[in-house]
Amino acid sequence: MDAITQIKDWINLVSRPEIFLGAATLLFVLILVFYKQLTHPAAAIVVLLASVGGYAASMLDKNFRAIVGKPDNVPITMLLFMTGFFLWLALRQAAVNDTRMERGEPLLEGKPDDKVLVWPDLVYIEFMIACVCTIVLIVWAIAFAAPLEEPANPSIIPNPSKAPWYFLGLQEMLVYFDPWLAGVVYPSLIILGLCAIPYIDVNPKGNGYYTLKERRFAIFTWLFGFLILWVVLIVIGTFFRGPNWNFFGPYEAWDPNKAVAMVNVNLSELFWAIWLHKPMPDNPLLRELPGIVVFLGYLMLIPPLALVVRPVRRLYEKMGFIRYSLMMVLALFMALMVIKPVLRWTVDLKYIISFPEYFFNI
Amino acid sequence: MGKLGSYIRNSQVWKSIFRHGVPRDRRTRVMAIMSNVFLHLHPVTIRKSGVRLSYTWCMGGLTFFLFLAETITGILLMFYYRPTPEYAFPDIIALRSVITLGLLREIHRWGAHAMIIAIWLHMMRVFLTGSYKPPREFNWVVGVILLVLVMLLSFTGYLLPWDQLAIWAITVGSNMARATPFAGHEGPGSSLLTLGGQPLVHAGSDAKFMLLGGPLVDENALLRFYVLHCVFIPFVVVILISVHFWRVRKDGGISGPL
Ligand code: HEM
Repeated sequence: MDAITQIKDWINLVSRPEIFLGAATLLFVLILVFYKQLTHPAAAIVVLLASVGGYAASMLDKNFRAIVGKPDNVPITMLLFMTGFFLWLALRQAAVNDTRMERGEPLLEGKPDDKVLVWPDLVYIEFMIACVCTIVLIVWAIAFAAPLEEPANPSIIPNPSKAPWYFLGLQEMLVYFDPWLAGVVYPSLIILGLCAIPYIDVNPKGNGYYTLKERRFAIFTWLFGFLILWVVLIVIGTFFRGPNWNFFGPYEAWDPNKAVAMVNVNLSELFWAIWLHKPMPDNPLLRELPGIVVFLGYLMLIPPLALVVRPVRRLYEKMGFIRYSLMMVLALFMALMVIKPVLRWTVDLKYIISFPEYFFNI
Repeated sequence: MGKLGSYIRNSQVWKSIFRHGVPRDRRTRVMAIMSNVFLHLHPVTIRKSGVRLSYTWCMGGLTFFLFLAETITGILLMFYYRPTPEYAFPDIIALRSVITLGLLREIHRWGAHAMIIAIWLHMMRVFLTGSYKPPREFNWVVGVILLVLVMLLSFTGYLLPWDQLAIWAITVGSNMARATPFAGHEGPGSSLLTLGGQPLVHAGSDAKFMLLGGPLVDENALLRFYVLHCVFIPFVVVILISVHFWRVRKDGGISGPL
């Protein structure tokens, strides 16, 4: 086997969701911790060249090209590079501002009375952007024909059937959650949670300028949600999921006959049969009691218990009961999006609570 | 040339349209913004940091520009497209083969994708500059609703080509409605809702049925998505964008350090 095949095999292997998500999370934490060093223009250029190079080299592989180069998936590549660029731009300015604040120097954004006339300064920029955007759109339209497959046929189900790419993070969540959670409850919580942000975040600092130091918790949480739980899941759902929603590495051919053993167990089975060596209780409520206790305990005990920690207590005093509870519930549901997959990978957990009779599975 | 230019600018017609001279000095530049209904969306002066590309990334402006581009190409597409299972697919094929410079559909489709990226990045910029903090809390909420609507716009449009890609993507998406708690026939709790022993929520009455106008993605769904995509959602989006822009100004213009 030549070196290139070996590298490809290795990358296929480490692209498995658990490793990929873990590595992305690690990278994310590193970036936010060492943002001052890592956003240095020299470092940024190295990262840019490496990722462009890696992408270009990967395009030589026909399996990679088949899925990443698909016209409808081109926006994902654009999303990745643009998000990367703007993340750098924001953190770079945050780094500069944070350093300046330490030294007592003025911010990049200047003072409120630094004003310019909208005509010509702003109108000019808007016009230029409109021109550039028009050109990009036309070039894009010439380069890639809009996809059109066979006429709609309700009796031929494509495998895999995928939602549009911008919803694929949610579809990927279906691996770990039932449709009522991944498709209804989580989207609602995301919308509600986003709307609630300005009312939960009582930190008056960092209003109208880039900073990280003054808003570490807010920025960490939001960016984790957007970058890892939304964008990275889209990448996994689109690029790494083939027939039967099985995992395929980026250089792997999509084999519809790939078989994957599924040996997932419910918490109730773990509890009664495996840990207690008892038969499963017949009463469904009793059967699911351990899961119910765990889940309710998770939601209802962590918020008050967290108050033992000093900084959390100070936060609570600033926020008040309602804001704090809302924030905690939202944060705990967000954390569940991490905890449940981790439990799946480590102990093959299927459901924490499961009432299949009522389609109520968590 | 110069003479012709000044002749035109001094003509009654020109002066009736533009009520100010060439915007060369402060007064006429202010006039240029104030006396034009479109430019008047802007304030007359703006914080220096607010025009810097590195601050706003112009992503809100880009989202708006793409919305306009989508509206124009969308209206043109409506001339050619009929939302029925019989005609939809052939009409889409004709868009490429019959129409001169058949790029309409391409521009419309890629513009829609670009708009999704732009709106996400706009939200990211607003978040990272803390621009949702007082007094801009409510405008952030308006923005979140716009975000949902823009994604629904894309989603409803995805069905219209009526090919395999379209109906199955919409089937996957709309299957989620089936699992709505209480309101979907495979959702938790819906089996508890009965009336005189009959289930109240079934495949012919649940949330998915309401979304699609039928139990499956068929002609009713096509018509429903067409109306949502071409009329209903854009209508609401225009109203909310107006509120959004109005609030950007009323909340003190683009944010900046105090
Ligand atoms: C159709 C969608 C949208 C359009 C056309 C739009 C357009 C704009 C424009 C042109 C601005 C002026 C500053 C800039 O360009 O950044 C702006 C500001 C703002 N947008 Fe949006 N926006 C949209 C969606 C959103 C979303 C999804 C959010 C947040 C969830 C949002 C929140 C805000 C806020 C809070 C401001 C004020 C920011 C400041 O003063 O610095 N908008 N929007």
